[in-house]
Parts: sequence; structure tokens; C-alpha cells
Amino acid sequence: MTATHELHTHELPHKERMIQETASDRLDRVSAAAYRIRHHALSMGEVQGQGYVGQALGAADMLATVYSDQLRYRAEDPEWEARDRFLLSTGHYAIGHYAALAEAGIVPVEELETYGSDDSRLPMSGMSTYTPGMEISGGSLGHGLTIAVGMALGLRYQNSTARIYNFLSDGELDEGSTWEAAMGAHHHQLGNLTAMVDINALQADGKTDTVLRTEPVTEKWESFGWYTQRVDGNDVGALLAAFDNAANQAAAVGRPSVILCDTKVGRGVTLLEEREKAHFMRIEEHEWQTCREQLTAGYEGKASA
Amino acid sequence: MSTTTEAPDATTAARPKLKTSAMIASFAEPGQKTASAPFGHALVKAAQENDKIVGLTADLGKYTDMHVFAKAFPERFFQMGMAEQLLFGAAAGLAETGLVPFASTYSVFAARRAYDFLCLDAAEPNLNVNIVGGLPGLTTGYGPSHQATEDMAIFRGMPNLTIVDPCDSIDIEQAVPQLAASEGPTYLRLLRGNVPTVLDEYDYTFELGKAKVLRGGNDAVFISSGLMTMRALDAAKALAAHNVDVAVVHTPTIKPFDAATVLAEINTDRLAVTLENHSVIGGLFETVASAVVTAGLGKRVVPVALPDEFLDAGALPTLHDRYGLSIQKIVAKVLAELK
Repeated sequence: MTATHELHTHELPHKERMIQETASDRLDRVSAAAYRIRHHALSMGEVQGQGYVGQALGAADMLATVYSDQLRYRAEDPEWEARDRFLLSTGHYAIGHYAALAEAGIVPVEELETYGSDDSRLPMSGMSTYTPGMEISGGSLGHGLTIAVGMALGLRYQNSTARIYNFLSDGELDEGSTWEAAMGAHHHQLGNLTAMVDINALQADGKTDTVLRTEPVTEKWESFGWYTQRVDGNDVGALLAAFDNAANQAAAVGRPSVILCDTKVGRGVTLLEEREKAHFMRIEEHEWQTCREQLTAGYEGKASA
Repeated sequence: MSTTTEAPDATTAARPKLKTSAMIASFAEPGQKTASAPFGHALVKAAQENDKIVGLTADLGKYTDMHVFAKAFPERFFQMGMAEQLLFGAAAGLAETGLVPFASTYSVFAARRAYDFLCLDAAEPNLNVNIVGGLPGLTTGYGPSHQATEDMAIFRGMPNLTIVDPCDSIDIEQAVPQLAASEGPTYLRLLRGNVPTVLDEYDYTFELGKAKVLRGGNDAVFISSGLMTMRALDAAKALAAHNVDVAVVHTPTIKPFDAATVLAEINTDRLAVTLENHSVIGGLFETVASAVVTAGLGKRVVPVALPDEFLDAGALPTLHDRYGLSIQKIVAKVLAELK
């Protein structure tokens, strides 16, 4: 586990960590984490025979950036009071989140194979009552940001400097409650709150722009008073820069920030990137090995380039 | 409602019709002793002893007596705006950080508008989130948009949720610290403004989860909750003039329900009547009925409750009488049953 040797450094925000690494080393470290998260997700998907693998692959770079670079946590004590909070609204992304929790050392890697099985701590849809490190029960979309507002108010009232990250999807922007919370966070100037939106342009019934058009997304968040950045959510360098910007302007009282991340469903596995996009992707039994090989080849090709 | 289509007869035409008046009409009888904003003052008192208590509302602080708390503890009060989903989600978030939130809105909005947020964000993780709902049942003449006639029916199916239907200012004052101290989410059917003080005349204290026998009686037993306990006590006094001796059992906690106390009182030869400020569907009557059936008592229970209808707008005394919640209607129903 690469995460364990860094255990203590994760108790500090990145900018305060005494990590002697070049920008390129940092990029490599986070990219490697994203690569491992993708492999974990494929393994979990294979156990289930199906699942939200496409979303996990698409969001792996976002999850890696947060868990291997930004978040303050103690792997051995997921309830550590001073931890930053990561709230997964999109319960079906749990497969990607579990992979990130394993990468962070909060959930044992060996446990990932229980994903979606009876009596597992890793149910198909993420729930706080099942999994260490899972702050909320997502799944009913549009809840996460409302809870995040309350957490930010509560932590600030108790003089905590912890930050709150809420992971949303672009489909979740359909929900009116998301915008209630966006107004609330701005009204209360919750400067330690960061929303990260996975814009994969895909919803359960089809492409986002055919289901319910959410664009122009950037202008919407800006008009709600949020510090808004939009990046390629599969570009680790761009993600690091955006999260650093958000961290630098974070404050107990200040503008909440949002990082809009355009991602590609199935990212990192050519076979899935090219397949017709579906909310729930069917992958045949013989294809899993191909997926893994393509993921590895793509990563090693890039790493050696 | 029939009054709009029928020509008024001579007697009613001569009398001015009652007015709907304020949003929150008083249901206190003339001359009734009352206490002002008992919830707000009780919350302030509880908050003085417990620094984890915080308050929030969805643009209804003044109308749920939350303004009393907001004035006393401005730094512990959070205005969430007219956004009930945010109200409940944020209350859950506050509780996740170890605080004890009391979140107020009207019962209609609490029950109908943001159920999913209370259910999944507070009840499923069993957080200490306390919902305070104004205008429960029929306590306003504004019509179905404001009359939460089915709030308990909606909420009773939510696992982990404690439901409290207080009678008066005494109940509210004593319930608030107990709600704060109890684990898990709660729903309080708020009585606000000048709230009658009734239970001080009885040997009574509020205990969360307990029903209490307020008075004994040989001919009938009333099982009541909320403001209908006040009516039950008055009706019992009125029935004494008809030589009917009525016992009154107050069950302010609807869930978890104190079936043991209630069934012991019902399992007699007396006429059993439930009285509630709620639809006949899904409230106290059905709570009692299911307990009676489960215990195999084979006992008839007569409900005094609101009908399964969208209710009229109008003046509260008119409506309470129209739908059978007035003392006169209760007395008449009991006498008819005993005939």
C-alpha cells in the first residue's frame, strides 16, 4: 500500500505538508493513485458482473486528487474530529469511492471483493451506516449539498478548520434541493465548502442535454455567488491546480467554491470509452481482462512517454 | 362545503359569520389560562444547559416561536430560507458534527415537502435531529395548504422517528429537554403563541414514550393526544352533568406508543373513544386499533378524528364543530354511543 507510508502527512492540508516533491512527482503520485483506483473499480465490477464501472473510471482522477493530495484524514481513525469531510451524494459512485477509500488505507484492499455482496460493508449504493469513511448515505440525489451546508455551519460554529467536499454529478443539478443548498452556502458564506461536480453529460435516461439541460453550468454557479472553476476532470494537472486554487481561497467565512469537472465515462479503458455510453454499463465476462490490459497499457504508455 | 351553494336561512343570516382571522387562530377557550411561546422559552432554557443545541428554520421563525431562541442565541440560530429540503439536510449535517438541532417549519411542509431529507439524512443514520412542526392537524382556517391533517400518518411509517403530540404548554415545556436528550430524530407537533395551560391541574408530568391516566371514570375511557386531550378533559366534565363518568388517558407520544398503559385502560367494559387532531387515517385511532388487534382484545374503539377529506377554510371554532372536534360534538357522540 503506497498510502500507508504517508499516513501522517494526510493530517495536514497539502500546502502545509512537508513533502519534498517536484510538480512532476506530485502529478505522477496522483496519477498512480488514479490508476490504482481504476484497477480496484474494475476488480469490483468483475465480482458483481456489472455495475457503475463507467462512472468510477470517469471520476477516478477527481477521487485520486482529493484522497491522495487534498483531504486531511487519519486512515486508522476515520472518525477523527479534525478530518476534512468528503460527502458522496451520488450513491451509485460508491464503487469508485470504495476504491479511493482503499487507496487511502481506510478500507482494506482485500475487502473490495465483497462489494455488493450480502453482509458486506460495501453496498452497491454508498451508505454512512455501512462503511468507514463514508460520511453520508447518498443515492437519493440532491441531498449531499444540503447536508454539506449543515456540516459547514456546524464545524464553523465549533471553530473547526476542517473543509467539506461534496461530490455531485451533473444529473444531480436537476434536483431543486441542490440549488436551495447553493443559495444557502453562499448566504451563509461557507468558505470551507467545496462542491465538485462530475460532468459526464450522462444521466439514467440518456445524455444530460436530452434529459434536462443543465448548461450553462459555469454561469449558473457563478450567478449563485460561488467561486467557480471548470476543468478537464481527467487531467490530473488541471485538477490539482483547481483544487489548489480552491484551497487557497478557502476560509471560515467566504465564498464557497465549486470545481466543475468534465469527465469521460469509462476513461482509461479504450473498450469502454468507445462503447455506447450507458448509465449502467454491461460488460461481458470475457471483457474484464481486456479492460484491465487496456488500462495498464494506457497508463504505462503514458508513464513511459 | 355547503354554505356557498345554499341560501342562508333566516337564523344564520341574522348572525354575522365568524372570520377566519389570523393564520394561527387560537383554540383556547375564553378565560383559559395560557403561556406565551412555551416552545421558544423551553428551547432557550434547554440551550442554556446544553451548548450543543442549535436552532434553524425555513423562514417561519416568528410563526413557530423559534424567534425567541434566535434572539437569545443569535450565533446558534441558522436561517435557512424558504427551503425545506435544505432545512432538513442541513439539520442532519449539523447533527453529524455533534450538535443537537431543532428545525422548525409548518407541519404541512415538514411532512409533505421534504420527507425524503428527514428520512434518509436524519432517520436512517438515527441522528438527534428534532423537527418542530407548526399548525398540526386542524389549527388554522387557511385550508389544505396549511392544514396538516395527515402529518402523523405520513411520519408514522418512518423508522427511528419519535412522534410527540403535546396537549398544552406544560407538555411542551417538559418535552423539549427530553427531545434534546433522546437519541434519534423526533417530530414535535407544535402549539405556538398563547398556548393553553391545562395539565397543571392534574398530577402529571410529561415522560417521553409514556401515556398517563389523567382521571379515572367508570362509564367511558378517552384515549387522546395533542390539543384533543384538553377537549377530552372538558368533555369529561360536561359528561358528568349527564351522569356519565369518563376516564381520560393522555398519550402525547404517538411513536413509540405506550400500548401497555393504553391497552390496560381499554381492556374493560367501558366505552373506548380515541380523540385526535388528525385524520382518522393513520393517526392515534389506528395506532390504538392496531395495538388492540395485535393483543387480540376484540374491543370496539370509537374514533373522534378529522374525516378523510380536504377540509374547509374558515374560522377555527366553526371548523372544529363541523368536523366533530368541539366539546359539544364529543359529548353528543358519547351520549349517542351509550344510548
